[in-house]
Amino acid sequence: MSRDLQTFLSKPADAARRTGPLDHIVLSSRVRLARNVQGFAFPGWAKKSERIRALEVIRSAVDHLPAMTEGFSESMDNLTGIDKQILVERHLISREHAAKGAGSGMVVDRAETLSVMVNEEDHLRMQSLRPGLQLKEAWRAIDELDTALETRLPFAFSPEYGYLTACPTNVGTGIRVSAMLHLPGLVLAELVNQIIQSVNKLGLAVRGLYGEGTEALGNIFQVSNQMTLGETEVEIVERLSKVVHQMIEHELNARQKLLEEKPKVLHNHIGRAFGVLSNAYSISSKEAMNLLSLVRLGHDLNMFPGVPRAVFDELQLITQPAHLQRVHAGKLGAEERDVLRSDLLRERLKDVARPVAAQLTPPASDASRPSGAE
Amino acid sequence: MLCSICQKNEAKVHLTQIVDDKMQKVDLCEECSKAKGVTDPAGFSLADLLLGNTQDTAEARPAPKPGELTCSACGLSQADFKKSGRFGCPQCYTAFGEGLPGMLKTMHKGVRHTGKIPTALRPRKDPGDQLKQLNRRLEKAIQTENFEEAAHLRDQIRALKQQAAPAS
Repeated sequence: MSRDLQTFLSKPADAARRTGPLDHIVLSSRVRLARNVQGFAFPGWAKKSERIRALEVIRSAVDHLPAMTEGFSESMDNLTGIDKQILVERHLISREHAAKGAGSGMVVDRAETLSVMVNEEDHLRMQSLRPGLQLKEAWRAIDELDTALETRLPFAFSPEYGYLTACPTNVGTGIRVSAMLHLPGLVLAELVNQIIQSVNKLGLAVRGLYGEGTEALGNIFQVSNQMTLGETEVEIVERLSKVVHQMIEHELNARQKLLEEKPKVLHNHIGRAFGVLSNAYSISSKEAMNLLSLVRLGHDLNMFPGVPRAVFDELQLITQPAHLQRVHAGKLGAEERDVLRSDLLRERLKDVARPVAAQLTPPASDASRPSGAE
Repeated sequence: MLCSICQKNEAKVHLTQIVDDKMQKVDLCEECSKAKGVTDPAGFSLADLLLGNTQDTAEARPAPKPGELTCSACGLSQADFKKSGRFGCPQCYTAFGEGLPGMLKTMHKGVRHTGKIPTALRPRKDPGDQLKQLNRRLEKAIQTENFEEAAHLRDQIRALKQQAAPAS
């Protein structure tokens, strides 16, 4: 197992180049399972000594899974604040988990698609993360990991209530299926609240970029199931994937409509976003994310011909606080970070020509149409 | 505008979050925002801030009131559960079993688990029953045009048939 997180993780440039189906709108797909082990109190109630014992047993079982060969495994108290924040920015651990210390741990596989949090709210929170819309594939991968792990750890399970979790809102399948969607069209057209409400009515939650209780920065929304009991995993995955296809459709319609009815407004937003990003001398993380979202929309509308989208995606990642800090060893104040961030953006965007007139063409191979297969 | 926390200083940090479908807004002065660790907009949750959530598990716990329902395995009392909304251990589901279905009904689609079961705990039905069940699921999958699931089920059926008829 690798010891140093920063050398273990892929470079931001490579991370930004990962692609998947419909990834112009669906940034990533994720399926998470909550599991607990018999004989230990749940992490939030266990005494520290018990938590540490549980961590040892669980982490060793996870470390020895074939899927985790050459993975990265660490106890949370051995990770620096920046390391933890980088893991959050890569969506490999939750914000809640980043706040944990001794008695909690995390394991990531070599490909950075499977990650396991030990002693978060439950003993195990394991997730499969994939670029683009790949919910079924993500479910299959985590199902496999779970099946491999159940032979090594006695999971707390009741025939009536299924997998037992610390919070009864997760009991049963313990599954959370989620997709991260980039919806600038719906936000600009002021339709996003309407969509969120109708998605809520279907029993699905819409959240911000980093999950529960976070802000919808950069027009990025996370859609996920809330109910975990009374339905099978496959039913939940399918329902969510259907809703995501519909949301994609709405987003594309919103973009088309903006282009037809308010082309000046659209060009104004994107042109100004590019102007600020490529000329600012100080810019906050929040402003950068929101403007990069608009520029990414411009890219989808063919306003940056010849520029690979990875240029913008990489910027989205490396302008986040922890990624920015890691390039510059040592802790920086917010103001210093804002200056550094703008330097980075000006440098990276200096060869990108200013946006041309937009045109909405369907993405390659007309992949935007919902079809039976995902 | 005054800071939402201390109600004294001018608010300089304004935050908006969407939680479920509700917009939450909070306005903080510089001191309170620093004290609460609100320097990275991505690094904290308004809900935690407003509800004062902390995850401190003290080694010493207040003794439950006499006569109060507690879990015999972990000592969690009903009051503890009400406070945190979290159970203490897997046995709590039995200890507090009485009110459970009513509560689960408000949270979930059903009150019985219908999903995955750990292999070791799967009822050891005779292969015939299992085969019938798989065939039913296969039919349903074909009806709903869920061909991926169908292919998966077909493989399971094939494996089961091979098990039932050991190589002679």
